[in-house]
Amino acid sequence: MNSENTAQTEGPTAYPSAAPLEFRHVGKRYPGADGAAIEDLSFEVPAGEICVLVGPSGCGKTTAMRLVNRMIDLSSGEILLDGRSVNDRKPAELRREIGYVIQQIGLFPHQTIAQNIATVPKLLGWDKRRIAARVTELLELVGLPAEMGARYPSQLSGGQRQRVGVARALAADPPLMLMDEPFGAIDPINRERLQDEFLRLQREIRKTIVFVTHDIDEAIKMGDRIAIMREGGRLAQYATPDELLAAPADEFVAKFVGADRGLKRLTLSHLGDIELTDGVVVKVGDPAEEARRRAADHGVEEVVVLDGGEKPLGRLPVARLNGQPVSADDADPLAAIGGRSTSLRDALSLVVADRNRPLVVVEDDGRLAGLVSLELISDALRPPG
Amino acid sequence: MAFALPLAQSDPVIPEFGRGSSCVRDPDALFCWGWVKDNWSDTLQPALLQHIALTLIAIGIGSAIAFSLALTAHRRGWLTTPVVVVTGFLYTIPSLALFQLLVPFTGLTRTTAEIALVSYTLLILFRNMLAGLAAVPAEVRDAAIGMGMTARQLLWKVELPLALPAIFAGLRIAVVTVISLATIAVFVVNEGLGAPIYNGLQQTFSTELIAAGGLCVLLALFSDALLVLLQRAISPWARVARR
Repeated sequence: MNSENTAQTEGPTAYPSAAPLEFRHVGKRYPGADGAAIEDLSFEVPAGEICVLVGPSGCGKTTAMRLVNRMIDLSSGEILLDGRSVNDRKPAELRREIGYVIQQIGLFPHQTIAQNIATVPKLLGWDKRRIAARVTELLELVGLPAEMGARYPSQLSGGQRQRVGVARALAADPPLMLMDEPFGAIDPINRERLQDEFLRLQREIRKTIVFVTHDIDEAIKMGDRIAIMREGGRLAQYATPDELLAAPADEFVAKFVGADRGLKRLTLSHLGDIELTDGVVVKVGDPAEEARRRAADHGVEEVVVLDGGEKPLGRLPVARLNGQPVSADDADPLAAIGGRSTSLRDALSLVVADRNRPLVVVEDDGRLAGLVSLELISDALRPPG
Repeated sequence: MAFALPLAQSDPVIPEFGRGSSCVRDPDALFCWGWVKDNWSDTLQPALLQHIALTLIAIGIGSAIAFSLALTAHRRGWLTTPVVVVTGFLYTIPSLALFQLLVPFTGLTRTTAEIALVSYTLLILFRNMLAGLAAVPAEVRDAAIGMGMTARQLLWKVELPLALPAIFAGLRIAVVTVISLATIAVFVVNEGLGAPIYNGLQQTFSTELIAAGGLCVLLALFSDALLVLLQRAISPWARVARR
């Protein structure tokens, strides 16, 4: 082979950016143990998707994840990464192609942040210049200042260390990432921020990701697909979050996703996904007669008042119209305004808090987009298909 | 008479006391710099260098043995207890008795002295090395293996660097112990600062004892400080402020 083929290419393109993963009748049995740790586990993760393994403690979700990079060896069946059985690979080599993030992060305390991030590229024998460039790129990608590269892990906050953990796992641009409760040790506020940040990052990098958590809400938020596991390492259901919440396969899944699964489904959709109603609108300066007639035509007692730029100003009860042209001063100010990216769950909350009056929704530029009523939101909960 | 007595001369010469130095005029002085100056190059300096050599050899061999034992025990946990029992037993033998025990086998040689000194370093060095390796956090080890380090890479790139502070703590104790113990080596081999100390003990002139003993203490303090500086230089991460 000539040197051009064996040399690593410049930039993070040494491997395909994402690879499909498949579990085929995978089993894991420990000698001397009563039952199996993993029993006949089969599912496929398409390239570039996040698959969340979720379940109660002891269900084998972490074990299943660790079978992929051979931190644990399977007893039966096979796991295919990019169509190739992981058992055909040398463990150390295989692991260098798979990003690995664990809850306690496991940064090396004796190495700087830059050295930590450079771990796998160094193992792969990249040259110094390429490593330095990649470290800079990754610090930026996870939103850390470049000068942080010279610090030691003990000098960072928990959230910063978590970002470094992700950067380190991404260093050699692996086609697959394994993440074991990566945000589990972070306080709730920062966890939510890290989740959002990671989802934004994932839209950019499009890795295949196996993500382990015990938190169903995190699973619904992070997963393109969710594998719910139960005791004995058996798969209870493998579906998209929406399918899972709309149609739990059995009692166990229904219980695990919770009685509020309808509400949870609402977090999956946004006001931008549904058809809004136009509602009855009037403009400042419209004659009172016209406003009263339009309200009567639609059988409503209130109209939404817009300014000249179609921005909503408030709600005006028809009873308050007194012959003068419509004025913003007469209108009640809006308690809340929704946007296209507001989740249906938040919209529902706002509607209920405002005595079930439809929520006013605006476009990004502040112009009225429409109204959303309680009926529209519950319509969205009807099972798919 | 051809044989002229020294006493017949004007200045008294008392070889055991002052070896003809300026201290002769004040034999009652506790400490005499003049003696130190006069005897530095032919007595004290060679003794100091021999002492350093005795220590370095003992620490070198002791570290090599303890290091191999600790690495093996780190992999095979069952080895820890027998090693601790044996090295602990060696550690409890009174040093003078150990020297005498060895003489029938290795004679009045430097080897005898070194065997005894090495045996005293083993327990301290082994325990600290093993404790340092065992203290590496499980998640650090898991991350290292999960990223594709081989067992050897894990040891050299992660476990040993992280064990350095503990290893150095053991090294400091061992070095100070050997420096002080090496003075007793004079009972089997006429080397090191033990020789002038022993010599000083057998006379009323105290300068030699104080000078040699003082050098021994200074050597211990200096070695300890050197090891502290060395450890700080090679493990800067251990000193950064924790948040």
